[in-house]
Amino acid sequence: MNFLSIDLFTDAIDLVAVLLLALGLKGLSKVRSARTANGLAALAMGLAVVGLLIQLQPSPITWLWIAAGSALGGLAGVVTAQRVPMTAMPEVVALFNGCGGMASLLVAVGVALFASQDSGMVELVSIAISVFVGAITFSGSIVAMAKLQGWLDTPAWTQSSLRHAVNIGLALLCLLAAVQIPAHPAGWPLWLLVGASSLLGIGVTLPIGGADMPVVISLLNSYSGVAAAAAGFVVGSQLLIVAGAMVGAAGLILTQVMCTAMNRSLVSVLFGGALGATGGSVGGGGSEAGYTRITSCSPEECAMALEQAERVVFVPGYGLAVAQAQHALRELAKLLEAHGVEVSYAIHPVAGRMPGHMNVLLAEADVPYEQLVEMDLINPEFPRTDVVIVLGANDVVNPDAKSDPSSPLYGMPVLEVDQARQVFVVKRSLGAGYAGIANALFELPQTAMVFGDAKAVLNGLLSELRSLGVGKVAAGAKEKVGV
Amino acid sequence: MSSLSNSLWVLLLGSLLGLELIGKVPPTLHTPLMSGANAISGITMLASLTLLSQAGGNTALLAIGALSLGFALYNVVGGFLVTDRMLAMFRRR
Repeated sequence: MNFLSIDLFTDAIDLVAVLLLALGLKGLSKVRSARTANGLAALAMGLAVVGLLIQLQPSPITWLWIAAGSALGGLAGVVTAQRVPMTAMPEVVALFNGCGGMASLLVAVGVALFASQDSGMVELVSIAISVFVGAITFSGSIVAMAKLQGWLDTPAWTQSSLRHAVNIGLALLCLLAAVQIPAHPAGWPLWLLVGASSLLGIGVTLPIGGADMPVVISLLNSYSGVAAAAAGFVVGSQLLIVAGAMVGAAGLILTQVMCTAMNRSLVSVLFGGALGATGGSVGGGGSEAGYTRITSCSPEECAMALEQAERVVFVPGYGLAVAQAQHALRELAKLLEAHGVEVSYAIHPVAGRMPGHMNVLLAEADVPYEQLVEMDLINPEFPRTDVVIVLGANDVVNPDAKSDPSSPLYGMPVLEVDQARQVFVVKRSLGAGYAGIANALFELPQTAMVFGDAKAVLNGLLSELRSLGVGKVAAGAKEKVGV
Repeated sequence: MSSLSNSLWVLLLGSLLGLELIGKVPPTLHTPLMSGANAISGITMLASLTLLSQAGGNTALLAIGALSLGFALYNVVGGFLVTDRMLAMFRRR
């Protein structure tokens, strides 16, 4: 009787946990409820753990090992979450995700090695799936992280069709190993599967370019849900199956949504290779070839244009975040507003390094949420904009995406800054962006390049504007040597 | 055998639920949502706990279980905290 009621109790906890997880996932897709929803999901996770521990009633020795594992993982998690700069968010999500995949992989390996004698066919198949998906998630996520950090380049061979042959070969090896697992659960097929799936994860992720990496991370995130569901089959936990399936499916939808925002199809992201890395496009990785009509100007000329302007739009890109210039930008915007200039920020859906990343970075710098204007709303405004300042953004303002069908970017929605009266592009060099192609914007007559680190240029603009008498500092207007 | 079909039902319904839960997401939230969903996928820690409690006195299995628990918890704790850090910045009116 007592036993039965404990079972009922833990079942009830599981059900509440699933409900909270679903509500959490739902709430995370709305700005208003997102933070609470994240808390709800965390609470659900805690409940599920408590319910499971009540049910399992671990022995003292087991508790010891649980404590050891939790202390290590939990502490490392807290430290990572607090220390990581907001600019490195895509890498960190990839790292966390890879670790989730590794956990599922380890569970399956553990069961295969030590408990497979009493496993049925269902468990053995689940073990194979869990190992396969877990290993791909882990190695793929680590490669994604390394590429985003700049630790790994895209090797040339991965851009040839050779990679498809290699990956198909690896996939066949995985299949061979998987069908052999029921015959030798703890033997060579297990290790072959671990090895081949890990290599497959690397082989599939390595050819993908930096611009597409967020989509890959989102897809790998979906895989880690699948891996969790498979682990649920291995240990016979329905809560795990439902939660894993939920995250797997939701991750797939999010991947699709992100692909749409970037105007890429999932198939071309996965099998198309790095954008612009092949073919005859100009530039690529810092090359300055191909530009003939570049106008450059100094910060003081730019400051004078700003001083005259009535409406200014900033286009922040990842280069801004790298230079840690968000705060300087905020200060410049404040100064201009005090001078009566209308200021807004144009946010491309994939500004920064993944969708929504720029919003996080600017929010961190206390930029008012209302000034961040999404692409569809700001594009009609550019024709009546006096000055646009592009800060470390490149591909998202490339007019070729609208006008040149031969451009790899063709069809991608871009910010139509070329419609504005004057455009200043703050950039360290004429190097290419993520897509690795030249930007026609730089050669337009109304465009001037301001070369330099975004932060240095912004600070230069601030002091120039102040010396022009803008803002509350009543310094006398200095003599300017303009062009 | 009926437990397998039960589990398959759970898998199916869970997947359908996941497909329905996320319909329209503003681009602003793509990053936090990805990171939040990622934290939830660390629920595989439940499998780690189950493995640990079934290990008995098998030290190798206990070690694998604890390692797996560590990895999963890293995902869970780090994921939820970092998501909260991001979302906290959106809170102002």
